[in-house]
Amino acid sequence: MQDVYIVGIGIHPFGRSEGLSGLQQGANAARAAMADAGLAWPDMEFGFGGSDSAGNADTIVNELGLTGLPFINVKNGCATGGSALIGSWQAIASGAHDVGIAIGFDKHPRGAFNAMPAEYSLPDWYGEAGFMVTTQFFAMKLQRYMALHGISPTSLGRVAEKAFRNAVHADHAWRRSPVDLDTILNAPMISDPLTKYMFCSPAEGGVALVLASAKKARELGRDQVRIKAAVIRTRPPGSFEVFAPSMDIERGGAPTLLASKAAYEMAGIGPEDIDLAQLQDTESGAEIMHMAENGFCADGDQEEWLANGWTNIDGRLPVNTDGGCLACGEPIGASGLRQVYENALQLRGLGGGRQVPGDPRTAYSHVYGAPGISGVTILER
Amino acid sequence: MGASAIAQGLFRETPEPTLIGGRNRDTGRIVFPCPDDAARWEPIDLPRRGTLWSWTVQRFRPKSPPYIGPEDFTPFAIGYVELPGATIVETQIVGADFDSLTIGMAMKLVTTDFATAANGDAIRLYAFTPATEA
Repeated sequence: MQDVYIVGIGIHPFGRSEGLSGLQQGANAARAAMADAGLAWPDMEFGFGGSDSAGNADTIVNELGLTGLPFINVKNGCATGGSALIGSWQAIASGAHDVGIAIGFDKHPRGAFNAMPAEYSLPDWYGEAGFMVTTQFFAMKLQRYMALHGISPTSLGRVAEKAFRNAVHADHAWRRSPVDLDTILNAPMISDPLTKYMFCSPAEGGVALVLASAKKARELGRDQVRIKAAVIRTRPPGSFEVFAPSMDIERGGAPTLLASKAAYEMAGIGPEDIDLAQLQDTESGAEIMHMAENGFCADGDQEEWLANGWTNIDGRLPVNTDGGCLACGEPIGASGLRQVYENALQLRGLGGGRQVPGDPRTAYSHVYGAPGISGVTILER
Repeated sequence: MGASAIAQGLFRETPEPTLIGGRNRDTGRIVFPCPDDAARWEPIDLPRRGTLWSWTVQRFRPKSPPYIGPEDFTPFAIGYVELPGATIVETQIVGADFDSLTIGMAMKLVTTDFATAANGDAIRLYAFTPATEA
């Protein structure tokens, strides 16, 4: 396997883009990524891409040019972007190609995600009874975690406060105004213990990454950011996932535990070697639980971490430096690539007001979503 | 006005409300509801009492479809209840102050008429409620 580099990064701002389709937002991101790399669409030897709700990614050739390139559609829930990245990584790591592009985009209607039981192989009564609501799952996983490991509501608030504070400096973020801790804690409850500031919202946006072989990256003068690991895992027995009418009493692992372990093995490093991380923060408790699931601290230690600001930009492990899903919103097909975009930007030292100090060299990203899938990438400079 | 179960094969009402789970004929694993695959899954009665495994409150009205509860929405609690020796089931929780819900508390199975059909009949769903007596 040969090394693979991220030679170009592009993003179409997250949030709402009236009058632009999800695909057009993906095309904007692709143009930005190619310009960043000093390349153009005819240079792309292949593409992988996808969205969850905004159509087939391969129709992007209508926007970008009919060059005849092979373009593979990815539809893999919350791991869509991560899967597109893995496909692209493999295409180059295998030696089959020298340069290609991974694209993720989406455009969701306002309000909570509205899933139908049949899409998840569930009976109709499950949705009729009011269980087909993703926020319930996140709240119940968190409620139990807080009880078992002594996590306080204040810590949930601190995560959201940090997200909005970081996003002030991220021009691709959606919610860019600081919100103080009291406001977050006293806001209306959405699904106990989570208030409205503690949940991300479905949104729109697009991200693209141009990947290249070492030879091509050197030619372009862009051999700085290397992909050390890119993995996806589905759920093991006994994991607790969204939309589960029942689950086994004997509790088991989680897809994130599997993906994280595999990524560290692939990269040949451990959590103590990571300089910054983007962790799936569908809600603020998810970031807290994922700190432990990804190996950065023990269950329950998050109280101390957050009280001491250790996940702040200037902390020992900055987490969600662009405000994460809480501040950027959740366009499902694009979120995983946004994390990698942010990591590549930070490793290149281009984070501006949110730049992690101390010349970071390793960056970790983690997505998680229905129906129990997790993707991890590790970048190194 | 009558009442009818939200779906067939989920629960029985007599002599006491009872959830019908499924036991895998090969592995013995117990799930709820019983999958519609008689060759692999045998219907079994689940324990009527258990303990609260986790909970939350649905504070906004779920989108319709698929939700069929009343338009005039009032928040309701949901949770998972661990049925000893069987499985952990997801359920609405009725008859409880939200503030009183605690992981580990004793729960028992009841039914709730949570919605109304077009013909005026109540639509009946299983639910759990705090079990006060031993």
